[in-house]
Amino acid sequence: MLQDKDRVFTNLYGLHDWGLKGAQQRGVWDGTKKLLELGRDSIVQQIKDSQLRGRGGAGFPAGLKWSFMPKESDGRPHYLVVNADESEPGSCKDREILRNDPHRLLEGCLVAGFAMGAKACYIYIRGEYVLESQRLESAIAEAYEAGLIGKNACGSGWPYDIYVHRGAGAYICGEETALLESMEGKKGQPRLKPPFPAAMGLYGCPTTVTNVETVAVSPEILRRSADWWAGLGRPNNTGTKIFSISGHVNTPCNVEEEMGIPLKELIDTHAGGVRGGWDNLLAVIPGGSSVPCLPRTICDSVLMDFDSLRDVKSGLGTAAVIVMDKSTDIVAAIANLSHFYMHESCGQCTPCREGTGWMWRVMTRLVRGDAHVEEIDTLLEVTYEVEGHTICALGDAAAWPIQGLIRHFRPELEKRILDAKKSDQVAAE
Amino acid sequence: MKITSYRRDQASEFSFTPENLKKAKAYMARYPEGRQASAVIALLYIAQAQNGGWVSPAAIEHVAEVLDMAPIRVHEVSTFYTMFNLKPVGKHLIQVCRTTPCWLRGAADLTRTCQSKLGVGLKETSADGLFTVMEVECLGACANAPMVQINDDYYEDLTPARLSEIIDDLRAGKEVPVGPQSGRLCSAPEGGPATLKDLPAPAKKGAEKDAGTEKGA
Repeated sequence: MLQDKDRVFTNLYGLHDWGLKGAQQRGVWDGTKKLLELGRDSIVQQIKDSQLRGRGGAGFPAGLKWSFMPKESDGRPHYLVVNADESEPGSCKDREILRNDPHRLLEGCLVAGFAMGAKACYIYIRGEYVLESQRLESAIAEAYEAGLIGKNACGSGWPYDIYVHRGAGAYICGEETALLESMEGKKGQPRLKPPFPAAMGLYGCPTTVTNVETVAVSPEILRRSADWWAGLGRPNNTGTKIFSISGHVNTPCNVEEEMGIPLKELIDTHAGGVRGGWDNLLAVIPGGSSVPCLPRTICDSVLMDFDSLRDVKSGLGTAAVIVMDKSTDIVAAIANLSHFYMHESCGQCTPCREGTGWMWRVMTRLVRGDAHVEEIDTLLEVTYEVEGHTICALGDAAAWPIQGLIRHFRPELEKRILDAKKSDQVAAE
Repeated sequence: MKITSYRRDQASEFSFTPENLKKAKAYMARYPEGRQASAVIALLYIAQAQNGGWVSPAAIEHVAEVLDMAPIRVHEVSTFYTMFNLKPVGKHLIQVCRTTPCWLRGAADLTRTCQSKLGVGLKETSADGLFTVMEVECLGACANAPMVQINDDYYEDLTPARLSEIIDDLRAGKEVPVGPQSGRLCSAPEGGPATLKDLPAPAKKGAEKDAGTEKGA
């Protein structure tokens, strides 16, 4: 188990004061000026050395992403936009940072923004997080008051402003270009890339969009050294991560653990084990609703990091572990997710707009077994037609859970169809 | 995708109160010169709060005027995002999270409880005008499932019986504690966290009252 001294989010559960005083006692805003004095290149290099990968789902190397921002401004301002539009089913980690440790995020905003040459930062927070956005506003006011941000942030001579921007209930706005559209006062429909945000983002200016957790851990990496972070976890999958454990476990919770912790250990140590014991486990969705589910046989031994989960054809995503025990109607559970994607499709690309609805309708029939066995293959084929044929990854995200279901639970689907046929026959006789 | 129709039959008038207009201008000031359209969501929230929980066509047009946007652009935004109600809702808007993590822990029972107790269907308002019930997609409190959002507040770790009590208390105008109803701390595991114990003594808890934006704006 990760030792407490290596935990970054020491107020994850809100036991202590979330305000500036409490945060400073936990080491936030400690020597931030010195961190800035390292200079842009050195900060980016250290983040690269730490091998920190983005915590928003895709796991893109953070240092590399930061380095895409132009070195010299061509007159256009640079922007840092923090993605706090946490809406991935299963994921509830950013909320804890926003409400219990907002200053850790703000310090990260300053350091990351400075490393990108940005003087303004917007935090895009999902609209439903009302209390969390109020906390954030209060924390920002405190930081201005204390001179930590503002005209001369931390006495560094660098001007820095942070603003909160609330969303209004659209999952798609967690996609970086949809988020930028939304910020500009439009419908949140993703943009075609290229141009990438680092070249043309918010208001046509160089912009980096990055997840709350990624930003929040970065000052701590600089303070303690890239080696410390790289020493946790496994190569290329380094550091700590907040895992959200939900579903059929005895004590659902958020917990910060070391990357690469075995899934079984994570569930047993922190979530009180699977309801009814490990043998009662049916399947786990290991990284938020978008990634394919895993049957128990794989859960027995899989490690929780980007590469290990990719090797078993799933993904770490946002590290939102959704546990399902044997009482679960797995087909209905995935059909429920299909409904989610149908509801959240922005309607821009035909394969996704039409495909998500079509997939949900077929899934609904499969729940009842009201289908032909061959339709399972048709459904699988359609998921491949949606995947990769849309502007953003929502189409992929809608396809993967179904692919995972068919990959691991095809016998269950077939059984249902045959059972339904049998009972129809009995009824007819 | 949300499908809605634009009700044009409203003859009502709408304009921001001077206080709300001031707030609106403060939001607009967060964005660079000429980018005031960025504040459209913030202004729609203010309009919705002022208008008793929903945005009328008149409110949409007023927001468009304040932001110097074409009304259709504001209308597009108000129909795209699920948090804007285009029809009147009850005093307490109950939104039950229906997505898988909550569903696994009994979200469907919560919906049934609301419906049978209030005698309404989904998206309907109770006869006394106090409650509207909706099912919504993931609200991002999965480790505290199942949960509902009532107006601005999250009520987590619910059972049908507890939700029923909450509805009674709200009807009676009583204060109801928000957050986890099981008494646990945020999303720490039930029975207390197993981690974060070897830390220096905690700072005295006594954080000042949240001073940010007021409810609904």
